[in-house]
Amino acid sequence: MTQMPASADLVLETRDMHMAFGGLVIFERMNFSLRRGERHAIIGPNGAGKTTFVSLVTGLLKPKSGAVMFEGRDVTRLSPQERVKAGMVRTFQINSLFRALNPLESVVLALLEREGKAHLSLRHVAAEKSLIGEAMELLHQFGLDRDAYALTEALPYGKQRLLEIVLALALRPKLLLLDEPAAGLSTQQGHEVFARLAHLPQETTILFIEHDMNLVFSYADVVSVFAAGALVLSDTPENVRKSPRVREVYLGN
Amino acid sequence: MSAFDSPEQRAASGTGYFASLSRWNIFEILFWLALAGLYFWPHADLVLMSQIFIWGLFAMSLDVLLGYRGIPSLGHAAFFGIGAYVAGYCGKFGWTEPISALVLAMLVAAGVGWLTGKLVQRVAGVALLMVTLGLNLILYDLVHRSTEITGGDDGLQGIVIDPVLGLFRFDIFGRTAFWYALIVTFVLFVATRAIIKSPFGLALTGARENSRRMIMLGAPVEGDVSRAFALAAALAGAAGALLTQTTQFVAPSSLSFQRSADVLVILIIGGAGRLYGGFIGALIFLFLRDWLAAISPVYWYFWIGLLLVLVVSFFRKGILPTIEDFYTRWRGRRGAP
Repeated sequence: MTQMPASADLVLETRDMHMAFGGLVIFERMNFSLRRGERHAIIGPNGAGKTTFVSLVTGLLKPKSGAVMFEGRDVTRLSPQERVKAGMVRTFQINSLFRALNPLESVVLALLEREGKAHLSLRHVAAEKSLIGEAMELLHQFGLDRDAYALTEALPYGKQRLLEIVLALALRPKLLLLDEPAAGLSTQQGHEVFARLAHLPQETTILFIEHDMNLVFSYADVVSVFAAGALVLSDTPENVRKSPRVREVYLGN
Repeated sequence: MSAFDSPEQRAASGTGYFASLSRWNIFEILFWLALAGLYFWPHADLVLMSQIFIWGLFAMSLDVLLGYRGIPSLGHAAFFGIGAYVAGYCGKFGWTEPISALVLAMLVAAGVGWLTGKLVQRVAGVALLMVTLGLNLILYDLVHRSTEITGGDDGLQGIVIDPVLGLFRFDIFGRTAFWYALIVTFVLFVATRAIIKSPFGLALTGARENSRRMIMLGAPVEGDVSRAFALAAALAGAAGALLTQTTQFVAPSSLSFQRSADVLVILIIGGAGRLYGGFIGALIFLFLRDWLAAISPVYWYFWIGLLLVLVVSFFRKGILPTIEDFYTRWRGRRGAP
């Protein structure tokens, strides 16, 4: 019974989640939990199953057995769209944008989908004045307002990376899952991205996969270490840094 | 002072951008005036003109699927044929008022389109081509073999169509057919244009660009496929009904595979994803067919084939988008806004 208050505060939990592709077992039994408001980093060597974990949680993949709990509700059987509507939003490690749309159109599209306003009608988009305003403010916050009308595929890589995050934030996520948000960015740009994320409201829980240890130790308050499909350790950055087990599996010496 | 200094300015700038996307430009207005003007061309072949409008509308319906949603279909004539036969049966069995019969044809085609969308929403690529082609062939064979019901190869006889609005009788010169086909096509074009510029149109384009990301925005991607199919089928059905009503005849060729291939060729020649590409393609295709058929009736597909190869090799995106690109670059060089 002493566990009850703690578990009520859990945003995300996986219970004995098992995953395999054919004969290749990715997770034997993954038990993972995330508290509301955490800035939680997942680190681990390549092939540890980090991206697969995010895809299982967000529903792009279905586990072979076990459960995914979101805000105390079993969402294992829900479609990716239903999980997005419940407040679980992800970004992609490789930019996954609308190349032939511009940033404004992309963000307005995200807002229209959030509001369920993209149904068949003769009303044109310009009629959605408040959503367009909201989209411009989001772009402005991330320094993209002056690129609002440029073709997405023509934007520099760093700006595309920011747009990737803006699209997720447009959905007002309760849980934001970021798959290597700073991938391909310079150290400076990476810090800028995380500095902006640090300003998000405290009730927005953030789970991120990151390889850059400086970013992990600067911005995470909990760090989980994945290795070979298992959760090795989940602790504060200081304890993880000191842990000899982490050194062993992660640094491989 | 920049246009981005305050939230109000930013919102106004964004709203202005979307408003500019749906504003009619001078080329669009001139295009429709030119189509209407064809009526006054000396010795104009009005029957051919009506055919151009009908094929243009049909190609535009495919554009909704292929150009905006990125779904190719090799069986689009199925919806055209359904519209054509519904209008035919209406005229044969006493429902002789043309406009309501046209609406009924659109509704039936939309229903079949919606079901097709449900069937194909989980397939993509080559499999999609095969499923749409297969559905088209099944329907063609059904109509072709059910001689007692459809008249088989001889087509449906005894179709009666009342004068439009009780005033304009379909005449042998094709005057009523010209205006009826043009006005119906224009009204449906205006509606389709509005849908394409609406949030739904933006969602279709988004799913064409990146359907996985659309899923992660919570978008009903699969339902949108059904709705796009229903819309495209309704427009194709209207084109089919127009053909029946303006010729008072319908035959199995209205849903043949040949027609599915022709409409794809028309759209590709004109250029997909512009709404106007289908009309440009229809103008070229039908004028060329008319002209070539007079010279060598047997071999005209040789020339159409050659045109297709040349267009795809040198224009790639089709004629209209290539002209647009040239125009944009030309304006850019002149320093116009």
